[in-house]
Amino acid sequence: MVRVVLPAHLRTLARVGGDEVQVQLNGRPTLRAVLDAIEASYPMLRGAIRDHVTEKRRPFVRFFACEQDLSHELPDTPLPEAVASGAEPFLVVGATAGG
Amino acid sequence: MSGVRVLVGTRKGAFILTADGKRERWEVNGPLFGGWELYHLKGSPVDPNRLYASQSSGWFGQVIQRSSDGGKTWETVGNKFVYDGVPGTHQWYDGTPHPWEFKRVWHLEPSLNDPDTVYAGVEDAALFRTTDGGQNWSEMPGLRGHGSGPHWAPGAGGLCLHTILIDPSNPKRMFIAISAAGAFRTEDGGTTWQPINKGLRSQHIPNPEAEVGHCVHRLAMHRSRPGTLFMQKHWDVMRTDNSGDQWTEVSGNLPTDFGFVIDVHAHQPETIYVVPIKSDSEHYPPDGKLRVFRSRTGGNEWEALTNGLPQKDCYVNVLRDAMSVDSLDTCGIYFGTTGGQVYASPDGGDNWTAIVRDLPPVVSVEAQTLS
Repeated sequence: MVRVVLPAHLRTLARVGGDEVQVQLNGRPTLRAVLDAIEASYPMLRGAIRDHVTEKRRPFVRFFACEQDLSHELPDTPLPEAVASGAEPFLVVGATAGG
Repeated sequence: MSGVRVLVGTRKGAFILTADGKRERWEVNGPLFGGWELYHLKGSPVDPNRLYASQSSGWFGQVIQRSSDGGKTWETVGNKFVYDGVPGTHQWYDGTPHPWEFKRVWHLEPSLNDPDTVYAGVEDAALFRTTDGGQNWSEMPGLRGHGSGPHWAPGAGGLCLHTILIDPSNPKRMFIAISAAGAFRTEDGGTTWQPINKGLRSQHIPNPEAEVGHCVHRLAMHRSRPGTLFMQKHWDVMRTDNSGDQWTEVSGNLPTDFGFVIDVHAHQPETIYVVPIKSDSEHYPPDGKLRVFRSRTGGNEWEALTNGLPQKDCYVNVLRDAMSVDSLDTCGIYFGTTGGQVYASPDGGDNWTAIVRDLPPVVSVEAQTLS
């Protein structure tokens, strides 16, 4: 089980309460596996975090965990053990910018 | 009892304004989808409670919302807009080739006879269609495939397909407009398209009378005369009476012929409305006076409509999708401003009141007449 913190707009879009959602994964979680699981559980988030076709992260979205910026990691890079164990959340962050 | 529902898209959410047929007391609901840009909302002519909304943000991209109960509840539907085949390039601001990239849906036009079929005009300019209520969208590639696509260039607002008009007498005939490519027509339901820009003259492009490249801001049609179209171009108000084969300027005595919106009275096909705007860079009303201009002669002869509109210190804009009309016996006219006001006239433009004054900047206004 991986804990995922979504930005407020995506929580509203996904119609979830609280700060976190949880997704189940088989095996060691990677960026791609977590995003796949999020989109499987919440289809309305498809295209909102990464491109439908290229799966490239949207420019104003970042991925943080364990005080690290994972935004530029390759999709199949394993996430930190603390994320895999559920001790720490995986954060999807909308850039603090704009009006 | 009859009534009106006005769907308002703003930079920070959607609002639904409702009133009975008198249009004196309004109920304001919203914001819906707060914090998101709502470029356009529109209802199906077949089923007025079936609404579609284009919701987008620079952070999280495009979302399409659908309601089946007149906007009380909404559900997200498909948001996968993928260009057909290899998208190729259009012209960038500096004249260099630039890859086609989907950015957002500017305009949603539900079919005249099927609530599950909707056309979407998008940026970068292309036309998409759904036939399953928005779950799946497919490009109608004949438009970009017309051959002139590599020469289309964005206006200041982007390379947007902002107008979709369907001929009520022949659903296979449609008209679209792109800023800044021009107007196009299909006779075969969208398989093939031809540019219809003859008669337009645009000084800001290398060949002022080019086949494509004109910054068309908006087209309007009266359903009883689908061969007559009215156009607010970047500069110039134009009309055609042969489905776009030839355009004629009808700016007449307007104080400035720049503007964004243009619309037609619901019951008088030669009565049209524009909101002149000072340009090229100011983009606010001349002299600080917000005036709708009405022509009862299909152009050339215009009168200023000012009752109830601010006549000093007003520096708002009225964007291209932000005017609409209802079809009650006394035609109601509605428009929204970048200052957040939505104005209504229940008497064809003679008198105006603000339904609301302090919304986020208004991007689109669509009036629905309810029975």
